[in-house]
Amino acid sequence: MSNIPLAGYLIVSTIMFFAGVYGFLSRRNMLTILMSLELMLNAADINFVAFNKFLYPGQMDGAFFAMFAIGVSAAETAIAIAIIINIYRNIKNIYVDEVNKMKY
Amino acid sequence: MMSYTLIIVALPFLMFLFLGLVGGKMKPVVAGLIGTIGLIISTVLSYIAAGSYFFSVGKIGETYQTIVPMNFEWLRFTDKLHIDLGIMLDPISVMMLVVITTVSLMVHIYSFGYMKGERGFQRYYALLSLFSFSMLGLVIAPNIFQMYIFWELVGVSSYSLIGFYYTKPSAVAASKKAFIVTRFADLFFLIGILVLSFYSGTFSFQDLTSPAGCAFAQSITDTFMGWSVVSWAMMLIFIGGAGKSAMLPFHIWLPDAMEGPTPVSALIHAATMVVAGVFLVARMFPVYIFGAPDVLTIITYIGATTALFAAVVACTQTDIKRVLAFSTISQIAYMITALGVSGYGAHEGLGYMASMFHLFTHAFFKALLFLGAGAVIHAVHSNEMDSMGGLRKYLPITHITFLIACLSISGIPPFSGFFSKDEILVAAFEKNQIVFWCLYFCAGLTAFYMFRLYYRIFWGDNNKVYQHTPHEAPASMTIPLIFLAALTCVVGFIPFSEFVSTDKTVFHTHIEWSTASLSILIAVIGIAIATWMYRKENTSSDKVTARIKGFYTAAYHKFYFDEIWLFVTKKIIFNGISQPVAWFDRHVVDGFMNLQSTMTNFLSRKIKFAQSGEIQDYAWAFMMGAVVIISLLVFI
Repeated sequence: MSNIPLAGYLIVSTIMFFAGVYGFLSRRNMLTILMSLELMLNAADINFVAFNKFLYPGQMDGAFFAMFAIGVSAAETAIAIAIIINIYRNIKNIYVDEVNKMKY
Repeated sequence: MMSYTLIIVALPFLMFLFLGLVGGKMKPVVAGLIGTIGLIISTVLSYIAAGSYFFSVGKIGETYQTIVPMNFEWLRFTDKLHIDLGIMLDPISVMMLVVITTVSLMVHIYSFGYMKGERGFQRYYALLSLFSFSMLGLVIAPNIFQMYIFWELVGVSSYSLIGFYYTKPSAVAASKKAFIVTRFADLFFLIGILVLSFYSGTFSFQDLTSPAGCAFAQSITDTFMGWSVVSWAMMLIFIGGAGKSAMLPFHIWLPDAMEGPTPVSALIHAATMVVAGVFLVARMFPVYIFGAPDVLTIITYIGATTALFAAVVACTQTDIKRVLAFSTISQIAYMITALGVSGYGAHEGLGYMASMFHLFTHAFFKALLFLGAGAVIHAVHSNEMDSMGGLRKYLPITHITFLIACLSISGIPPFSGFFSKDEILVAAFEKNQIVFWCLYFCAGLTAFYMFRLYYRIFWGDNNKVYQHTPHEAPASMTIPLIFLAALTCVVGFIPFSEFVSTDKTVFHTHIEWSTASLSILIAVIGIAIATWMYRKENTSSDKVTARIKGFYTAAYHKFYFDEIWLFVTKKIIFNGISQPVAWFDRHVVDGFMNLQSTMTNFLSRKIKFAQSGEIQDYAWAFMMGAVVIISLLVFI
């Protein structure tokens, strides 16, 4: 386990990140979009931890950052779901392309 | 010393504020009484001031000194150049204080009868106070800039008084005309002040007119278009004076100013507005005579031409107030001419003294004439001579006082006009023969048109039928008439040269009976012709006018000066300058602004579809932008 190179972590996180980007851009359902967003965040967290391990082995800064990001994303998810519920109450669906009133 | 003169000036202003702010809530009579009482205090104080100035405080040996009871610095530009506000007393300003307060007081009292029951009675009294205040402030000004400030105040207050009947379109037009014409001339006045103060470095009259100041004026050698800058400055200042004093070609506002209430006309013509120009030239006289004698010559000829012109026009007018208006122009021009022919020194300065003397006497008899005309208008409710005649039976007091004023303005001894006019003629005779004969002819014309006026009002058609019988004016109107008539009889005997002279030194004059008899002769001839033509209803006047028809028509239309002005302003200035300027503004200045807004609008319309509201589009754009920037950073 300890002989997995840095590139391995980065490849995984890159795949996760672009999977998130793809989902964010292509899905209609807001819950799916939220999940894609979480994917992107988690990809960034993996990068934090991996770089911490390989570049500054004796320290814990990167790990703390990852913990923070997880906490923040939990809070953000709660808010996002609250917004989605409100949108649902208003337009009876959660398709993102129907929420387009804010335009010219 | 003599600082109580501040009260003379300040009181009318306080009255104006008081009546203007709370006058509307009072009964009209109460408001009028308050204004009048304020002015009575001013009048008494100015008599006291005159008495103490001329007989004790001001006189040292044979010379009057200039007293500045108060002066404080208001705006400071440089150490030498600062605008002050203050009071300066010298013989002419003290004399003017007396004239202004006296005439204004008479007008205040008279207006109780004349304006009775008018709408805006309180406003009228408030404005009268403002008018008196501005003129009083003008004459006591110790520097030319304060004079200018009050000069404009005079313009504003005359504007509001001429337009007093603001529901009448002709009155509104007349007030605008008066304001714009005088304001136009004042523009030159201001430029003149700035040029003069730029070169002399002071605004103060005392510095300007002292021998040192005059020497300084002579020492300036800068020229502009072949004329020294001092001459330019003094000429520009005189143009300002010509505007207020209704000299050619700025006289056009004065006849129209008759639209105001008649007592206001009396005030404008006798004591306030029109004499401001004469006063200005008199005030600056040493600078004129030492710094710009060429301008003084021009002033002489402008004055003489105006006197002749106005006298001729006055002979043809049928509105009695307009006759008086043109007679005012003519008499003011007399004063201006007298200043023009004057020299500096005791007897050399006879013209100066005569001019001030004529200003003094003219104020009383012209006020009397206007107030008398007001009484006539009050009785017959018309301004036209044709609807008058034989009024001497109905208006005995007005008749007698009017006759006294007519005799005085015609120059018949012992009435006051004779003495001052005679001095002017003597001064002109000694200096310039052409001007003398011009003025001499004017004197005859004056006698003629004044008696034409007199006969056509009080004699003429004795059996004229009136819609309702004319009645004598109430006591509030006749008392000022009687008082002014008494003054007209006596003020001529004041030895004026012992009070006013160019160098403020006492000198003595005596009547030269050779010229005096000449001037009496021409006056008598004028009166005789008027008697022959107008005493009884007859056709001789029609015959004379038929003989000189073309000239008569031209004179009747005031030699088409109004039309010339209208042509110049409407056709030339409006079409030639204003229209292109308006075109430039509308098409070039506005056009540029409109172009900017149109372009912005157009572009916004083109790109607004980027704002689609689709969150995923924005995310796409963000992504692509990030990709582009990162690739730029990585690969370049």
